Amino acid sequence: MSSILILEQILNGLQFGVMLFLMAAGLTLIFGVMGLINLAHGSLYMVGAFATAAVAGATGSFFLGLVAALAAAALAGAIIEIVVIRRLYKAPHLDQVLATFALILIFSEGTRWVFGSFPLFLDIPDAISGPVTLPGGIEYPLYRLTLIGIGLAVAAGLWLLIERTRLGVQIRAGENDREMIAALGVDISKLYTLVFALGAALAGLAGGLVGAIQSVQIGMGEPVLILAFVVIVIGGIGSVRGAFVGAILVGLTDTLGGVFLPELFKLFMENGAAQKSGAAVASMSVYVLMCLVLIWRPTGLFGVRA
Amino acid sequence: MKLDERVINGLMIVGLLALPLWAVVVDEPFTITLVTRAVILALAAVGLNIILGFGGMVSFGHAAFFGIGGYAMGILAYHAQTYTALDLGFASFGGTKTMPLIWLTAMVFSALVALLIGLLSLRTSGVYFIMITLAFGQMFFYFAISWSQYGGEDGLSIYIRNDFPGLNTLVPIQFFAICFTVLCVVLFLVARLRASPFGLALNAARQSTIRVETMGMDPMRLKLVAFVLSGAVTGLAGALFADLNRFVSPSMFSWQMSGELIVLIIIGGVGRLMGPVVGACVFVALEHFLGGLTDFWHIYLGVILLCIVLFARGGLLGLLTGKEGAHV
Amino acid sequence: MNKLFLVATAATLTAHSAVADVKVGMITTLSGGGAGLGIDVRDGFMLAIEQSGRDDIEVVIEDDQRKPDIAVQLSDKMIQSERVDVMTGIIWSNLAMAVVPAAVNQDVFYLSPNAGPSQLAGQGCHQNYFNVAWQNDNLHEAAGAYANSVGYENSFIMAPNYPAGTDALTGYKRFFEGELAAEVYTQLGQTDYAAEIAQIRASDADSVFFFLPGGMGISFLKQYADSGIDLPVVGPAFSFDQGILQAVGDAALGVVNTSQWNKDIDNPTNAAFVASFQATYGRLPSLYASQGFDTANLLVSALETADPSDADAFRDALRAADFDSTRGDFSFGPNHHPIQTIYAREVIKEGDVFTNRIIGTALEGHSDAYAAECKM
Repeated sequence: MSSILILEQILNGLQFGVMLFLMAAGLTLIFGVMGLINLAHGSLYMVGAFATAAVAGATGSFFLGLVAALAAAALAGAIIEIVVIRRLYKAPHLDQVLATFALILIFSEGTRWVFGSFPLFLDIPDAISGPVTLPGGIEYPLYRLTLIGIGLAVAAGLWLLIERTRLGVQIRAGENDREMIAALGVDISKLYTLVFALGAALAGLAGGLVGAIQSVQIGMGEPVLILAFVVIVIGGIGSVRGAFVGAILVGLTDTLGGVFLPELFKLFMENGAAQKSGAAVASMSVYVLMCLVLIWRPTGLFGVRA
Repeated sequence: MKLDERVINGLMIVGLLALPLWAVVVDEPFTITLVTRAVILALAAVGLNIILGFGGMVSFGHAAFFGIGGYAMGILAYHAQTYTALDLGFASFGGTKTMPLIWLTAMVFSALVALLIGLLSLRTSGVYFIMITLAFGQMFFYFAISWSQYGGEDGLSIYIRNDFPGLNTLVPIQFFAICFTVLCVVLFLVARLRASPFGLALNAARQSTIRVETMGMDPMRLKLVAFVLSGAVTGLAGALFADLNRFVSPSMFSWQMSGELIVLIIIGGVGRLMGPVVGACVFVALEHFLGGLTDFWHIYLGVILLCIVLFARGGLLGLLTGKEGAHV
Repeated sequence: MNKLFLVATAATLTAHSAVADVKVGMITTLSGGGAGLGIDVRDGFMLAIEQSGRDDIEVVIEDDQRKPDIAVQLSDKMIQSERVDVMTGIIWSNLAMAVVPAAVNQDVFYLSPNAGPSQLAGQGCHQNYFNVAWQNDNLHEAAGAYANSVGYENSFIMAPNYPAGTDALTGYKRFFEGELAAEVYTQLGQTDYAAEIAQIRASDADSVFFFLPGGMGISFLKQYADSGIDLPVVGPAFSFDQGILQAVGDAALGVVNTSQWNKDIDNPTNAAFVASFQATYGRLPSLYASQGFDTANLLVSALETADPSDADAFRDALRAADFDSTRGDFSFGPNHHPIQTIYAREVIKEGDVFTNRIIGTALEGHSDAYAAECKM
């Protein structure tokens, strides 16, 4: 196990984490500000990926595809907020779960109806494809470095938005006391639609970016959705900072666990069995991490203490 | 149209009995299988309703118990049908294919696991509770996939249905009778539980933990007991489900299965005795009839579910009786 | 695409109302992520039924949604309610294991157009079960043989951690004579292979073999192509079929994959099949479509000489396999699995479309490793 391999895996974990952050940030904002559990977030991720694939395929420009992802996801988010989600803010969490679960069904089969059952083609633009040599001799794909860069930029942008802008003040105040800011004259319904669309756009962006190196297919958002929930729970619901820390933690745990656990098992098991057991435990590692965090801090790392 | 809930409950029971009997008369065995599936899913949801409807705890990992019950049946029956011994290290015995024994094993194991999960999870509440129960469900799911001795992702096929003394369980109507009787017994017990001091305390804990504490009761203990009972019932349903399909697979542990159980309760009406039963019947009927109409029937299912959530708060029973039941 | 449509079509095609003589129950995956394969099998099957000109075959098609419990339920419905004579259609091995043993034990014939689990080829073989595609290990064994033939000596092999994945690596190892640089099991449904690719880079392998069906394969190929690693890649056709190739694009060019069928196999039946499939459905057929097509033709050929009500005669007619297959000559081994040639083919681009081209033969007259365990 060379140090180059370890460094490369750490970068991989970072990249995975940063993409998870895009999903988790939207999710935690939506829950923090509106108190809404949104299971349909994975579908918005899928919408973004499909929009990117469709537009990039038609125009040949990946950049335009990403713009399409942002627009399509934000639009989809705004529409479902106005039509469905709006009626659920006062509803119990259970109803929110069911309604957004129903949305998953509609989005998945709807996308299949429009685009067909086969995965779509989406590729990395040539300009940022291929590996680059990093200091230390590591060969690392340029695209993944770009993803890390974009993710960090979004994180910085979100921080600026929340800490330094008027909208950010409203968001923070809304997380604290919804009724009060309504009483102070803030247009709550517009704020909510905006926050929901923002979260949706982030998810769509993640979908488009990740879709280029993975498969653009129906249901691609569901595994990511579960992981995003794990992230915001670890980080503390409503905290974007928590979402960032949680996402990096989860990304690193998942990647490094998948690589090092089989090696660990090889110390006292034979090769094939060690590989399989290691892979099995690695798939559970993220959930074990979440349980440990929750047992230690029942509201997450940066969550509001009950 | 406002009906008394007890009238509806009675009609449901009668209807569930009448439909399969009619199917025997017109020789449509598949209808019996369909109703049996609804009854078993109803039983699983009744288990979940103990903590979700009465106790206010939304568990997104109840599929864990469903799967444990199923695998208890699968492992025991597998060893019995292949005449191999189940070696536990300190003891070894052949499997069994008798239902009562299998049910007992399923319930005991589910209860034990529920105790463990409950001790760890009930410290949290709200969405954190939802997530931690989801996590446990996922852990079981991934574990079952990698457990190659019992099929892993492929699952286990059990070629013949298990035995029940005095009956030929391969005949659809007889297996249905077994499941239906189990459901009725459990419903009766749950009704008694709900009206008992324990049930009332649990209901109170759902509404206000602080008040329950000031009354001198321990809400944590109440919830834990309810969680264990809930797990045991869902585990029993899992064993029956595996028997119905003669097949066990990790998909019984999936989060989609947990979600489906929650959906069943909401369709029928949260916190109502027969809510899960109504929900299961409606869901199975929708799955069956919509599926035959178009390849994209999930869209219609989603729309129907949305309408139920938005316009029929309190589920179908709430709609029919004109008042909303318990809320979480 | 559903029962009503088919019965209506059959009724309008005949001058007088025809009573269906043979009922076929097809359970396959038509919705959700893996639907492409089921749709291909169904389309290939129905094309052959239509071309046969027979009006006495009624096909009932149902969607199993890739869920084993739904598949079992549908199987019960087909046998108890529809009273089918023959069943077919299942794509995935885990669903096949849930459905097939019970079905064949209830005197229903099962013709598999895809899934070929080893249990049903060896100890669990049954006189009513026929597999028209392959035994699961076959394409992987061929990959191992091909790797030998081109001189690979140190392979990095990878598959997901589930029974089909384990079988894949077992099959490859059974025939590959070189060393294994590493044997890696990934998670089922994993989408990010950066870690595994880093391991490939760090190893001293001279070739890569992988089995990653569906979206997993697409993800891996894209990421592998982007990594700049130049090692040759070999795999079974499952990640390189006609449906998936368009999604992978350039990343798949040059990869060698093994398959029992390709559109350029040179015989009249295949040429006619490819042309008519493209004309009817507007896309090139995949190997799954060819398997569905062959299954239907096998059925029709058996019906020429026997009826399912006479089980023994029908079984012998099926065993004879007297039909024109898209693969040329077709014959069953004693365990009702095909004995056939497996080709090595390379991914190329024809105009705008990505497809495969045969570059050689990996295994000839190949049966499977489990035939000896079958006691039929």
